[in-house]
Amino acid sequence: MWIYEKKLQYPAKVGRANVKMAKYLITQYGGPDGELSAAMRYLTQRYTMPTPQAKGILTDIGTEEMAHLEIIATLVYKLMDGASVEELKQADLGGYYADHGKALYYVNGSGVPWTATYIQAKGDPIADLHEDMAAEEKARATYEWLINLSDDPDLNATLKFLREREIVHFQRFGETLQIVQEYLDSKKYF
Amino acid sequence: MNREQLCMLKELMAVQFTALELHLYLDTHPTDQKALMEYNSVVQQLNVLKHEYQQRYGPLTWGEPSAYPWQWINEPWPWEICYE
Ligand SMILES: [Fe+2]
Repeated sequence: MWIYEKKLQYPAKVGRANVKMAKYLITQYGGPDGELSAAMRYLTQRYTMPTPQAKGILTDIGTEEMAHLEIIATLVYKLMDGASVEELKQADLGGYYADHGKALYYVNGSGVPWTATYIQAKGDPIADLHEDMAAEEKARATYEWLINLSDDPDLNATLKFLREREIVHFQRFGETLQIVQEYLDSKKYF
Repeated sequence: MNREQLCMLKELMAVQFTALELHLYLDTHPTDQKALMEYNSVVQQLNVLKHEYQQRYGPLTWGEPSAYPWQWINEPWPWEICYE
């Protein structure tokens, strides 16, 4: 089960409302390498992991990704705060507004809705952990591109925090891969 | 949210983050005794802070006692807070 904590993992600030940036950032909400993809991927892969370390790390990182999803939602919410319909139209968000108003919906930066085809659960722990490591690197790269797109130091502080988390997750998945590999090798030879 | 509450909330967030970081590390290093000791001490500090915060400002999570009326629904929610 899961229990909600009524606080963010990181104090997510924006310097000013910026609709254009919200449009870019929402890809980390519902895009291919975003936080929803990450959480859904890890939390469903854990059932077929062979070692306690792997079951633990997928559960815990999957849960942390849910906290990141909430940080992204908070940033998008704040970036859109007080935006007029005219501003949304100018940022090419007229189509989004027609479908969702100012609600948060799981789409990528081009407005394409989230799909389970962004993720995989292969049932092979080596394949799945390699996917997870690649996913962390892709998420890190996405944060880097978003930081390049933004000139807001407050927003960038949160984006840098999230980028660092992807690096830590990559590290933990790498260690997990090694543990699982050794476990599978030991089963083969003894 | 007043200065004092925000300050305490941020401290709580920082300590909880340290606990999480050690927690993930321990998942792949379960026999690292030094890290485990550090984790246990951070968690103790976290529990003290959480208790104090919730006594003053109401529940942060499920299963906590509440003053009257039901405090859980009190605003601001996390995305509404100005973290300045
Ligand atoms: Fe991650």
